Amino acid sequence: MIRALHRWPGILAAALLIVMTLSGAALSVFPAADRLTAPQAETGQSVATLAARIQTAFPGVEQIRRSPSGRITAYWFVDGAPGAAVIDPATGEGVGSADPNPVERWLTNLHRSLFLGDGGRIAMALGAAAMLILAISGSVLVARRAGGWRRWFAPLRGPLSGKLHVEIARLAVPGLALSSLTALWMSAATFGLIPIAESAPAFPSEVSGETGVPILSIDLLARTQVAALRELNFPYPGDTTDVFTLKTDQGTGYSDQGTGASLGWTDLTGWERVSETIYMLHTGQGAALLGVVLGLMALGVPILATTGLLVWLAGRRSRPRIKGNQPAARAETILLVGSEGGSTWGFAATLHRALSSAGQTVHVAPMSGFDPALHGMAQRFIVLAATYGDGDAPETAKGFIERLKTLATVPAAPLAVLGFGDRGYPDYCGFAQRVADMAETQGWDMLLPFDTINRQSPHDFARWGRGLGEALGIDLELDHQPVLPVTETLTLVSRRDYGAEMQAPTSILRFALPRVTVWKRLTGQGFARFEAGDLLGIVPIGSTIPRLYSLASDWRDGFIEIVVKRQPSGLCSAQLTQLAPGDTALGYVRHNPGFKPGKGRAPLILIGAGTGIGPLAGFIRGNKKRRPIHLFFGMRHLQNDFLYGEELSNWQAKGYLTRLDTAVSRADTPSYVQDALRAERGEVARLIRDGARIMVCGGRGMAAGVTEALAEILSPMGLTPQALRAGGRYVEDVY
Amino acid sequence: MKTLLATLALTTALTLPGLALARPVTLTTTLTNYGGDGAYLAFYVTDASGAYAGSLWMAGGRSRYYTHLSDWHRATAGDTAQIDGITGASVGAGRTLEITLDLADALFDAGYTLRIDAAVEDMRDSPNEVSVPLTTDGAGTAVSGRRYIADFTYDM
Repeated sequence: MIRALHRWPGILAAALLIVMTLSGAALSVFPAADRLTAPQAETGQSVATLAARIQTAFPGVEQIRRSPSGRITAYWFVDGAPGAAVIDPATGEGVGSADPNPVERWLTNLHRSLFLGDGGRIAMALGAAAMLILAISGSVLVARRAGGWRRWFAPLRGPLSGKLHVEIARLAVPGLALSSLTALWMSAATFGLIPIAESAPAFPSEVSGETGVPILSIDLLARTQVAALRELNFPYPGDTTDVFTLKTDQGTGYSDQGTGASLGWTDLTGWERVSETIYMLHTGQGAALLGVVLGLMALGVPILATTGLLVWLAGRRSRPRIKGNQPAARAETILLVGSEGGSTWGFAATLHRALSSAGQTVHVAPMSGFDPALHGMAQRFIVLAATYGDGDAPETAKGFIERLKTLATVPAAPLAVLGFGDRGYPDYCGFAQRVADMAETQGWDMLLPFDTINRQSPHDFARWGRGLGEALGIDLELDHQPVLPVTETLTLVSRRDYGAEMQAPTSILRFALPRVTVWKRLTGQGFARFEAGDLLGIVPIGSTIPRLYSLASDWRDGFIEIVVKRQPSGLCSAQLTQLAPGDTALGYVRHNPGFKPGKGRAPLILIGAGTGIGPLAGFIRGNKKRRPIHLFFGMRHLQNDFLYGEELSNWQAKGYLTRLDTAVSRADTPSYVQDALRAERGEVARLIRDGARIMVCGGRGMAAGVTEALAEILSPMGLTPQALRAGGRYVEDVY
Repeated sequence: MKTLLATLALTTALTLPGLALARPVTLTTTLTNYGGDGAYLAFYVTDASGAYAGSLWMAGGRSRYYTHLSDWHRATAGDTAQIDGITGASVGAGRTLEITLDLADALFDAGYTLRIDAAVEDMRDSPNEVSVPLTTDGAGTAVSGRRYIADFTYDM
């Protein structure tokens, strides 16, 4: 619901909002420029002094105005010819033209009505309303994504366009909300929807009938400071019934032109004060600094509109159409999908296709619309659920758990729950786990035990599918082919080989960066932007399923580097380890924001074994700021597979790497990386106390051993690996 | 010069007691290129003693700007009932406004004066922009305004 409230106003109003905010940002400069260039009155100067000086310089003066920026303008007639000038209040002399700035006038008309009169004003008011809705719905989405309002500025993960969208939005949203609210008020006032009470006092009916009082002896003008002045009108020459009319930031009053006596005063009404404050907050006139800040925030909107559209398009592309979806009431198998980015729909489509061709009647629906009463023929329910943020419901699963909780009786047809997630994140498959727990609490029969799919792995999915097939008594082969990212041809430039003597050939492969188009550079697609720790997907010849390798280089390094160990029956690793310089492979970048060292000066503890050194070496290579890094590296044999051995000592000499501890498993006294950790427990504990972040890369067994060793080291400190993980200080990239 | 035409035939533009006979009068107002937004113009009539007699036309629809038409505003205390049904759009710089209305015969050659107040956003207010006696002889004679009006004519 909230997302729809964010999506549709955004898409419909994007172009309008871009025009509105660009013109608004340009306009915000004028009050500041005015404030800096207009000659200002000295403190305490009275209106009487100012008016007397101006009258000396321009005897035919009719009106004096002071803008909120302090600029004073006088208007006069001399021999029937009109004149006007910006006035220096110190002398009363003209110092500049009073003509309105044509650029400012053009921008103002564009900003408030698109040069289309009242129709344009209404369009812009609708645009302001759209911006307000976007600001509110966007804030709710940011809070939800971050895991609460208190985590408003929590660090972000995800693809660049989505990240940029939120980064800018959370800075700009206060300004955008203020500007759109004030705009709506001003539109309502323009169209007379807000009553503007008249506060001008009745024009004096009794005047002295005399003329020619010296201005300096008019009490009201002598008492009023220039800083409070809005407007002073002189009596019309020859009209003895006319008076001096003074408007200030407090109200309006009249003075007799013969005696100087005050002839009435009315304060501004509350409504007028509110209206003036709102005008100031919107235009920055009288609050130039605020205006500039609001203008800068408004500049975020064109970027927000662009990135928002990119996010929407990416989501749309990734959500496949389900062909041959059976009606909800007739289907025997009900697939309920909880998807955020759309990739879970792809898995649902694969499952739908496989079950349908096995003769089942299958209905696919979002989890959010779940209602057992709709599925009279259901024999089984299968939930495929991703997770959003810290174990929250993804977009198409909102309200599912609440609904499940309130069901009087759960369906008799059994349930299977499959979670989709990324082990690199805390609370892996947290939402799906909660669904499974709640179903169990409610006494729903389980068709299959709860299971998970890590990082959209087709292998995990096929394995789970075989289990499902067994439970259903059918032969179910799930061949999930995620919509393949666009690959590019990568040319190998160099390779370094290790471990041949150990029957475990491992290579550091370096590919040239492919040419990157301007569009990709702008949108951060493809190889335009990647960092160590991101993943290189390689599609081997004769297969459509890509294999992922951790990147050991950054796009700024100018090359793509991975570490590959030849697996006994591996198709992809065999092809890669046989490449000679000049040979090519097909690859693409997959971002892996969960496995990054992050910014800051906190020490890093990097722990890796075997090919797991790859991304860690990349982090060290990029450590130009010489953040303290302690590397624990496990290998089999010191002579044969000390990957990056030479670089590591170079990096240590340069200060990129503070300390290196190695563990060698095939030595006289075999040692594993967790043993090296235990040996350095004092140092490790000290680093953690200093706020260190721990990053582990390598095989699953090694990672489990590391967690165990860390648990021992942490327990005297009253800490656990889980606690560090929850705080984002302990991340793994395991395979 | 571009002509913005607002030709209107009003049965009774100015209702005064005992004035039954009326004739169509065309008011033609051409603005100078003063380099600003559309001008607000108030057309009204004062009697021989200078007292307000009634309004003929208001160019400009937003009442909150009427205080800038200061003589008209002073005479009517900003009473928008005075211009009910005789309000049109503001007039752009360099454009011409043409209004035809039925004016009572008794307004002519009887000391009445037709006045126009003008105001433009962010520019000077110009009350008494035009002030011209209503006489049968004066019909067809162009007069110029003080600041915004290049020429003004009434034709019978």
